[in-house]
Amino acid sequence: MTERAAVTAESVYKVFGQGAHAVHALENVSLSIQQGEFFTLLGPSGCGKTTLLRLIAGFEMPSGGHILLDGQDVTDLPPNKRPVNTVFQSYALFPHLSVRQNVGFALKMQGRPKAEIDGRTEQMMALVKLESMADRKVAQLSGGQQQRVALARALAPQPKVLLLDEPLSALDLKLRKEMQVELKRLQTETGITFVFVTHDQEEALTMSDRIGVMSAGKLQQVASPRDIYTAPVNRFVANFIGETNLLPVTAAKGGYQLGCGVIVSADGNGSTLSIRPEQIRVADSKAKGAIEARVTNLVYFGTDVHAHLELGDGAKMVARLPLPPGGDTGLMRGSNICVDFVPGAARLIGE
Amino acid sequence: MSRAEDQQKKASARNGWLLSAPALALLIFAAAGPLLIMVAYSFMVKGDYGNVKWGFSWDGWVGILFERDIFDGTLRLASAHLVIFLRSVKLSLLTTIIVFGFGFPTAWFIATRNPRARAIWLFLITIPFWTNLLVRTFAIGEILRTEGLINTLLLRLGIIDAPLQMLYNEGAVLVGMAYVYLPLMVLPLFAAIEQFDMKLLEAAYDLYASRFKVLWHVILPIVRPGIIAGSILVFVPSLGAYVTPRVLGGGKNMMIGNFIELQFGQGRNWPLGAALSMTLLVIVSIALLFYVRAINRGAKGGGHG
Ligand SMILES: Nc1ncnc2c1ncn2[C@@H]1O[C@H](COP(=O)(O)OP(=O)(O)OP(=O)(O)O)[C@@H](O)[C@H]1O
Ligand SMILES: [Mg+2]
Repeated sequence: MTERAAVTAESVYKVFGQGAHAVHALENVSLSIQQGEFFTLLGPSGCGKTTLLRLIAGFEMPSGGHILLDGQDVTDLPPNKRPVNTVFQSYALFPHLSVRQNVGFALKMQGRPKAEIDGRTEQMMALVKLESMADRKVAQLSGGQQQRVALARALAPQPKVLLLDEPLSALDLKLRKEMQVELKRLQTETGITFVFVTHDQEEALTMSDRIGVMSAGKLQQVASPRDIYTAPVNRFVANFIGETNLLPVTAAKGGYQLGCGVIVSADGNGSTLSIRPEQIRVADSKAKGAIEARVTNLVYFGTDVHAHLELGDGAKMVARLPLPPGGDTGLMRGSNICVDFVPGAARLIGE
Repeated sequence: MSRAEDQQKKASARNGWLLSAPALALLIFAAAGPLLIMVAYSFMVKGDYGNVKWGFSWDGWVGILFERDIFDGTLRLASAHLVIFLRSVKLSLLTTIIVFGFGFPTAWFIATRNPRARAIWLFLITIPFWTNLLVRTFAIGEILRTEGLINTLLLRLGIIDAPLQMLYNEGAVLVGMAYVYLPLMVLPLFAAIEQFDMKLLEAAYDLYASRFKVLWHVILPIVRPGIIAGSILVFVPSLGAYVTPRVLGGGKNMMIGNFIELQFGQGRNWPLGAALSMTLLVIVSIALLFYVRAINRGAKGGGHG
């Protein structure tokens, strides 16, 4: 953690309502986002992502704790005094203004000279490739185009931090993929710190420098996409990011013992073992750590097959096995096979 | 086009006419008819005891701005008439502005309540419509007059020594008209504000607008159709107001409506009365024209930059 993070949250709490109806939207959230970082807040609906974003923007005041921007405490500043801009989920474009006027709005409000407003507005519209639509009303644009206007409008005043609340959720899949690439390009080109909210884990994994996983108002883990995926710290993160198999284990000599008696090696600490489906492979029955299992179901996915397995103690697992060129794994429903874990793949996690 | 299609089209056109027939009949007899009679009267000769005599004359129209000297028959500018016109326009404009000043926060307040509270507030706003206008106007007179509510209260509290003269002046007319026409401003404003996307406030605030700039650059331009509709709904009837200036303004603060009534009553100058009515109609039409143009400009946009 450097001295001057772009955004810092210090033990932030947010409670809506009072008494029996109080909603604890954020509980003791501490976070530090670096300059120029593409940071994603990821979590299920209602976990407090929007609330945290609104606290950073200044639309809500924290019930406790502090928000710092660029090392400066802004907890008491209103949104129009914070060097932060927001791209709203619903875009919130001004319907009475043209594309150009929307993009230039912030600069005009700041009272910048006209030449500067015009120049920067042109530049921003070029950045999001909307020059040809500059004089249209925003109602005459498609969803993707409106999205670009919202981006250009928020980037025009050159904020220190850009906040994006599920900006892509209203777009169809193809457009969403395009915009993901586009957003990443914009972030690299402008060097502005992006704080991006999503509940789509794939989006988070492909775009972010770091991800903060949230659940029920608490920050569960902050790490790079790779670490989040390979080394989740708890059951929630392991389950939420990708698919995983969770098996109870007990410490034993030479490793950890599964319910069926097999002893395997694993990193981390905790009493639950997490193993990703693609890190389970068919093994020779005599190999060390081989686990006997019965195939209860087989589901084909084109490039691979999902084998639903039942272990000796009744525990269940799913293994994702690559299909050989012939397209036949030789597995059959009801047959007994042996599997093992890719070395180093199994992780122990806490609750 | 096939035969069947053709027939269907004819039938639907015929049905359209049939359906609109009652409305058309009503318009012709109830609106266009009296209007034509008014136009005709304004060009006739005035009768000695009211009414009109057959024959063509410009006197009614000339009488709007000029009066004829009783002795030598020369024309002079009738400054008293001009004063009445100007007072009518001035009081109507002021009423519109005052009503907007009170109506906008009211409409905003109602539109931002939850749906149930909204219905109750709207209901409360329309309650004055349930009572007769004359009764309500007299009630305001009761409050304002020398021995009225306000004066009694102020005297009792020792704030004033002698009662204030609040009745029978332009101020009293303004108070009365503002009270009567407030709902006509609040309802269209409410309709416009209800459609307003409150997220835009946050967006503008986020993009460095001060609270005043949010109002000026975002709220007012977007709810402009409501502002214009409300202003027209208040301005037009204010201009022709009759009861309020009569009861609260006394005889000295006449407006066009009272002036017209005078011509058909004591004045016994029906052609002038008819010509005055037509003049009022023209002023209102100009106001409406302005309204339509303003709306179109809003729709085409570009005005703001
Ligand atoms: N203004 C408010 N008043 C009361 N409760 C609120 C308010 N705003 C949010 N909440 C509550 O706070 C919790 C967190 O809400 P938040 O909008 O931050 O969730 P989110 O993670 O953004 O969810 P989603 O993915 O659905 O947008 C929810 O339980 C929500 O009901
Ligand atoms: Mg949200």
